[in-house]
Amino acid sequence: MPAVSKGDGMRGLAVFISDIRNCKSKEAEIKRINKELANIRSKFKGDKALDGYSKKKYVCKLLFIFLLGHDIDFGHMEAVNLLSSNRYTEKQIGYLFISVLVNSNSELIRLINNAIKNDLASRNPTFMGLALHCIANVGSREMAEAFAGEIPKILVAGDTMDSVKQSAALCLLRLYRTSPDLVPMGDWTSRVVHLLNDQHLGVVTAATSLITTLAQKNPEEFKTSVSLAVSRLSRIVTSASTDLQDYTYYFVPAPWLSVKLLRLLQCYPPPEDPAVRGRLTECLETILNKAQEPPKSKKVQHSNAKNAVLFEAISLIIHHDSEPNLLVRACNQLGQFLQHRETNLRYLALESMCTLASSEFSHEAVKTHIETVINALKTERDVSVRQRAVDLLYAMCDRSNAQQIVAEMLNYLETADYSIREEIVLKVAILAEKYAVDYTWYVDTILNLIRIAGDYVSEEVWYRVIQIVINRDDVQGYAAKTVFEALQAPACHENLVKVGGYILGEFGNLIAGDPRSSPLIQFNLLHSKFHLCSVPTRALLLSTYIKFVNLFPEIKTTIQDVLRSDSQLKNADVELQQRAVEYLRLSTIASTDILATVLEEMPPFPERESSILAKLKKKKGPGTVTDLEEIKKERSSDMNGSAEPATVVSTPSPSADLLGLGAAPVTNSAPPPSSSGNLLVDVFSDSPSAVAPLAPGSDDNFASPDLASSEVVSEEPADTVHDADELFHKFVCKNNGVLFENQLLQIGLKSEFRQNLGRMFIFYGNKTSTQFLNFTPTVICSDDLQSSLNLQTKPVDPTVDGGAQVQQVVNIECVSDFMEAPILNIQFRYGGTFQNLSVKLPITLNKFFQPTEMSSQDFFQRWKQLSNPKQEVQNIFKAKHPMDAEITKAKIIGFGSALLEEVDPNPANFVGAGIIHTKTTQIGCLLRLEPNLQAQMYRLTLRTSKEAVSQRLCELLSEQF
Amino acid sequence: MINAILVFNNHGKPRLVRFYQHLAEEVQQQIIRDTFHLVLKRDDHICNFLECGSLFGGSDYKLIYRHYATLYFVFCVDSSESELGILDLIQVFVETLDKCFENVCELDLIFHMDKVHHILQEMVIGGMVLETNMNEIVAQVEAQGKLEKAEGGLSAAPSRAVSAVKNINLPEIPRNINIGDINIKVPNLSQFM
Repeated sequence: MPAVSKGDGMRGLAVFISDIRNCKSKEAEIKRINKELANIRSKFKGDKALDGYSKKKYVCKLLFIFLLGHDIDFGHMEAVNLLSSNRYTEKQIGYLFISVLVNSNSELIRLINNAIKNDLASRNPTFMGLALHCIANVGSREMAEAFAGEIPKILVAGDTMDSVKQSAALCLLRLYRTSPDLVPMGDWTSRVVHLLNDQHLGVVTAATSLITTLAQKNPEEFKTSVSLAVSRLSRIVTSASTDLQDYTYYFVPAPWLSVKLLRLLQCYPPPEDPAVRGRLTECLETILNKAQEPPKSKKVQHSNAKNAVLFEAISLIIHHDSEPNLLVRACNQLGQFLQHRETNLRYLALESMCTLASSEFSHEAVKTHIETVINALKTERDVSVRQRAVDLLYAMCDRSNAQQIVAEMLNYLETADYSIREEIVLKVAILAEKYAVDYTWYVDTILNLIRIAGDYVSEEVWYRVIQIVINRDDVQGYAAKTVFEALQAPACHENLVKVGGYILGEFGNLIAGDPRSSPLIQFNLLHSKFHLCSVPTRALLLSTYIKFVNLFPEIKTTIQDVLRSDSQLKNADVELQQRAVEYLRLSTIASTDILATVLEEMPPFPERESSILAKLKKKKGPGTVTDLEEIKKERSSDMNGSAEPATVVSTPSPSADLLGLGAAPVTNSAPPPSSSGNLLVDVFSDSPSAVAPLAPGSDDNFASPDLASSEVVSEEPADTVHDADELFHKFVCKNNGVLFENQLLQIGLKSEFRQNLGRMFIFYGNKTSTQFLNFTPTVICSDDLQSSLNLQTKPVDPTVDGGAQVQQVVNIECVSDFMEAPILNIQFRYGGTFQNLSVKLPITLNKFFQPTEMSSQDFFQRWKQLSNPKQEVQNIFKAKHPMDAEITKAKIIGFGSALLEEVDPNPANFVGAGIIHTKTTQIGCLLRLEPNLQAQMYRLTLRTSKEAVSQRLCELLSEQF
Repeated sequence: MINAILVFNNHGKPRLVRFYQHLAEEVQQQIIRDTFHLVLKRDDHICNFLECGSLFGGSDYKLIYRHYATLYFVFCVDSSESELGILDLIQVFVETLDKCFENVCELDLIFHMDKVHHILQEMVIGGMVLETNMNEIVAQVEAQGKLEKAEGGLSAAPSRAVSAVKNINLPEIPRNINIGDINIKVPNLSQFM
């Protein structure tokens, strides 16, 4: 007899479904659905009480309409009513509707919880099952609050039916996932572990899932599960296939449970107890042996189930990474699968081998399969499998096979799917760099990459090749020759022009002796590409030209002619025009000596982690780029990372790697490149009005403009304040306004400051019509900040009614100068959900400014006194807002300093002065802001008696214009 | 954990949709559409696993699917599940449906949506596998069937009407399609809704 008799449906439902299916068009379907929705709505709203059957029918119709992709915004109440019915059929459909349609923050949760509570207490296993399923499916926090205490009791009670135990275990698992804090560990934990011994394999299955999740977070508490899991596994693995009766699936004993037990064991290191360990090894060997036995059935399900267990066993072996014998056997087994006719097995074998490649015991064994993997790359029909093959080649690569693997990857790149090209490019670039013995090979490889897949070569890749060429003088001549040859091609990728332009600009002299690549030929070659290139590339080429002026004085006039042409000097692009003007002037005015200093060869780049690797990790997620060396590297870079804040100023962000070079030395005080910047300033100092505030492009003479403006100049690339909420910055120059707003909550601020003290009123407005519960705003200061900023707050009422506003006062005392802003964290419960949000509280150093008026003479006298390079911080940046003098004045006054009129000889500039009051000291501050309307840029200079203060004020103020 | 279970036909019409994480309805519909397009363009004999990119907002997720006659069964799972294990689970699900409905076909899924949900509920709750033993699952479903019968009332006259409606769209000879070792009789329906 079929379990579901087919004829017991509801006629109205069947007719409705048939109607829908007979609709000829989408419009007709929508029309029919709307008619039905209207009908149901009127039935629900009608006076006549509906019987259970009708309710069930309508709820089913709603489910069907929902399945078709239409919104259902009513019927919830009716479904909740069905829950309290005593009839199984009605209750069941009510629960179904709720677990499919009810959102975890629905306002009905409380009613639903009531119904669930009744059913759990009913001692009727069917009703208990329904209730537990519902909790597991919805799994909201409110449910966790209501039931997290109750369910462990049901789970471990002696008289609970097996099916209820199963549901209770998974129910608890779900609640632990959503609200781990609400599930208390207790006596029940040890009893749950003993469920692994339960008679009923269904209970063991559910318990294993629960224990696995709990053990990941609380390994100590569940340590005893290891030996129990091993003995359970051993009983399954060694059983005759008939022993487990119903749990034998296509002749494989309990495959699903075996997989789960093997997963549980992967939460722990190899067992310490030799007996347990021996037993586990035996199990794993048995599983490996069984894989070699002839199949007991030809059905795909049989091999599927058997291999599911096998792959999990191999994962465990790899995880333990301690038994060389097992590891090699695992590797051989996977090797067999690499050539299996089942695509699924080839896919999984490639995937598992990837992890195996990172074990030192098996790395060599994995390498023996290189030919098979390369073949997979060429012949697999499925892109998912090819992708795995690429991953494995990458993982198995080392010095011995790098050349072969890189060559194969390059080969494959020509025909690779577009979706994985970028990733392959990154991988090739990383391998080529990592395993390059001979850097000429490296240069060739990268140029090949650009040739084959230029569009997929990201900035990181070509920056990196330039870094390496600059840092290694043995390869510079070769690189110059190779790019020169590559540029001969009639059509070459723009990335090649960039690399070529940069390298010839630096090292063109190394090949200029050859009449075939004389200076003029080099120049003409590059210039022949100029007009086909985008603006950033042209900007870079202009820099190459000025470098040529220095390298090859004999072609100076040719280059000057080019720079002087209208297409350069009157170029519509400001950056190009400015470069042309400046470079032309530089080449005319400066003496050979100055030129040689300004245009000196780039100094070596500091060694740091490859930015390409960082990019790959970002692309693939950190866990997926595995490799022995990389893991080590990652660890060490983590350590570097944690040390970073101390050196943040001198560490440009990775993307500025190459061209950010200019920035690091500038702040470091005086190595050559910055002196080149200063020299440029000197060159133009006699005609200040023309180009006074220098464009950033000329500051570091080789930067491409986009980088120069975004990364280089802002001097503190890793600062999160910049990219944080814009609203925060608005408060730097004002004290009142709205700090944050979303659909639920609005936060307003009013504040006043005097000397080193201040008071801030925070207003929290509930925008909804529902109460916020457990409303807890907390002001958090980092450890650093705590010592320099004293904040006192009073707690607020934990309930905020719908539409109401509560107020909180923060008393502020500034003890010493500080950098960060405190964080305002707000937690509350809205409907069924827990809300948690954080915003930066705009208490900034400049709030403690007292303006100081002074005469021009005083100002410049003090300005000179603060001439120590550490006391000055300068920032050149692009205007983000229209450059209006009145607004600028208002902002400077809002910032807190006095605005000094008629102090600066240039009336377009702004100067300000003030004193920052802290409890411990007072810090005098002078500032000067020079706008350049033409370039839409500003130069901001801060001089204070304290470096950190200059730094912070400069940051804050730069964001305002 | 299983994040979603989707069943749709060769035309992308959803037949069973179950999400175990809370997503807005539009997002659910988008995921169904995207999944369909991802799966549809794949041949029948290539592998049953594919990465679904950012579909569920993370690279940890995989789609594991099986194609039976007119229906695709797609499970979206995270890395804590065994790929082959899930394939078996899909098979168990389909075999269970087949037992419960006696030669299940797409129409059973359409007209007995609630039953299909109940069968699934006996296998998977809250994204975790509850039971894999087919006999146990069928026994649970049968027990519920008996309860319904006992309550009577709901299952009276409409039965004949339903089968009559079902037959409207059936062509003369149903096509037999071999899946593993069970035969699902699949009516050769040219166009569903």
